[in-house]
Amino acid sequence: MLRELKEEIASGSAEEVISALLERVKRSRLNAYNVLAEESALARARKFDESPWDGRMAGIPIAIKDSISTRGIETTCSSWILRGYIPPYDAHVIERLKAEGVIILGKTNMDEFCMGTSTETSCFGPTRNPWDTERVPGGSSGGSAAAVAAGEAPCALGSDTGGSIRCPASFCGIVGMKPTYGLVSRYGLISYANSLEQIGPLASTVEDAALMLDVIAGHDPRDSTSAKTEGGYLDGLEDGVRGMVCGVPKEYLGEGLDSSVERSVWDAISVLEDLGASWREVSLPHTRYALAAYYIIAMSEASSNLARFDGLRYGLRIGTDKDWHTTFSEIRAAGFGPEVKRRILLGTYALSAGYYGRYYLKALKVRTLIKEDFLRAFQDVDVLVTPTMPFPAFRIGERIQDPLSLYMADVFTVPINLAGVPAISLPCGFAGGLPVGLQIVGDHFAEKTVFRVSRAYEDATPHHAARPQEVI
Amino acid sequence: MITGEDVDHISWLASIRVAENEKDEFVDQFNTVLEYFHQLDELDTEDVEPTYRMVELVNIFREDEAKESLPQEETLRNAPKRENGYFKSPRIV
Repeated sequence: MLRELKEEIASGSAEEVISALLERVKRSRLNAYNVLAEESALARARKFDESPWDGRMAGIPIAIKDSISTRGIETTCSSWILRGYIPPYDAHVIERLKAEGVIILGKTNMDEFCMGTSTETSCFGPTRNPWDTERVPGGSSGGSAAAVAAGEAPCALGSDTGGSIRCPASFCGIVGMKPTYGLVSRYGLISYANSLEQIGPLASTVEDAALMLDVIAGHDPRDSTSAKTEGGYLDGLEDGVRGMVCGVPKEYLGEGLDSSVERSVWDAISVLEDLGASWREVSLPHTRYALAAYYIIAMSEASSNLARFDGLRYGLRIGTDKDWHTTFSEIRAAGFGPEVKRRILLGTYALSAGYYGRYYLKALKVRTLIKEDFLRAFQDVDVLVTPTMPFPAFRIGERIQDPLSLYMADVFTVPINLAGVPAISLPCGFAGGLPVGLQIVGDHFAEKTVFRVSRAYEDATPHHAARPQEVI
Repeated sequence: MITGEDVDHISWLASIRVAENEKDEFVDQFNTVLEYFHQLDELDTEDVEPTYRMVELVNIFREDEAKESLPQEETLRNAPKRENGYFKSPRIV
């Protein structure tokens, strides 16, 4: 898709393509974008038409999740506390994309500071699912996923701390990839839980996602956890799955799983079998402890990472200054939404004197057990095949009042972040008219294998081509 | 069990004012979530090493050379209050 679009733009007009997209966004009521970079996008498109530049994504429009810093374009993480903040620098991934010639369309809606599974905690209001506007698009990268699914952007970046790329990709029927921890620099990503999160692509096809990852991955000395990698994610994409072994973790199928989701996943496994792969049951015995460990770690890290938002250097500053502590406490009370406050407060509690061992240290030990589950499984299988989400998109308002029930939705995505392994979600059918996502998980730095299996499945099935009607 | 007093203390530690009318709901929600967290107590982790990070980190050294940094004006542009080229903070002492 991006390959064809690039040719279309090069032989036609970038300005026409960008204008049409901007018009489409403006008449849409999905609320996928927080900010449209209309002027700069059109100016860059005109420049491209006058004297086209080279690049692997030359002239391609892209939407960026609002957790990623973009020089000169307001970046808020969908939070009141960052309203009006205009980053003076680009994130590493943005530098990379610009170097390959993209044109940034705007910033997409998300759960406030990436904390959510539904894009309902945004200070800009929820994004709607293009397949059913009464339902959530998933989260936290819900704006990016809805934009791609609805044709409001050909591709987008998201960030994934506990499923925030894969969940909305699943709910919106597109492809979303979370890379191995360390593969993509986090420089310029506004931190939520820094030991878990990665930036990754949301796209219409596996090939597009592989191309985007190829562009954004790579070593960056400004991120101390950045790995040295080889790239080349488009190589061997079409080599097929003959002889490969897919593991099906028994803990991911069964109780609590929507029956049509389960059926779609088994159908997908049959497709892979028909293509020459085999499957076997595997066990990830500590799966049931993953959610608790994940939320303890994520909240603890959040309480530290979000300490920087004090209205001093950027963002919200309200009232007349009193003493230091009172002033900041009031700014933070007014600037953060309820879910962000809950996570900071619980994380603060988990790290506070007397509780560190019981919660944070305990969770880090459980993380070791979960990581070992995955490493053991990958001694016998090439990839793991699971549902991305236990059910299709739920209704707006259905779960937001009950934090714990919303956390439960992440049951199949958070173990992957705890283990630091790569995983993709791709469309594998529909349940009651709503898209279902298939999750394919690889060993550390085995992105090529994940893409290869995904591409083989995509080639053999029609699901990725289905698109919702335009929502006006 | 977390109490209203605990929430006051955490709120002070986290520098987020919690209003009286928010407190009861937070107490309920925190206890529900913490109760869920306590299922980790079932696991014996006595001999398990914690995983702090996913990648092995080694020290990387570079020459200590001055490089270009953000100009002062750009650094201050987002600050709600500034004075004479500084961020203006509320009174600390």
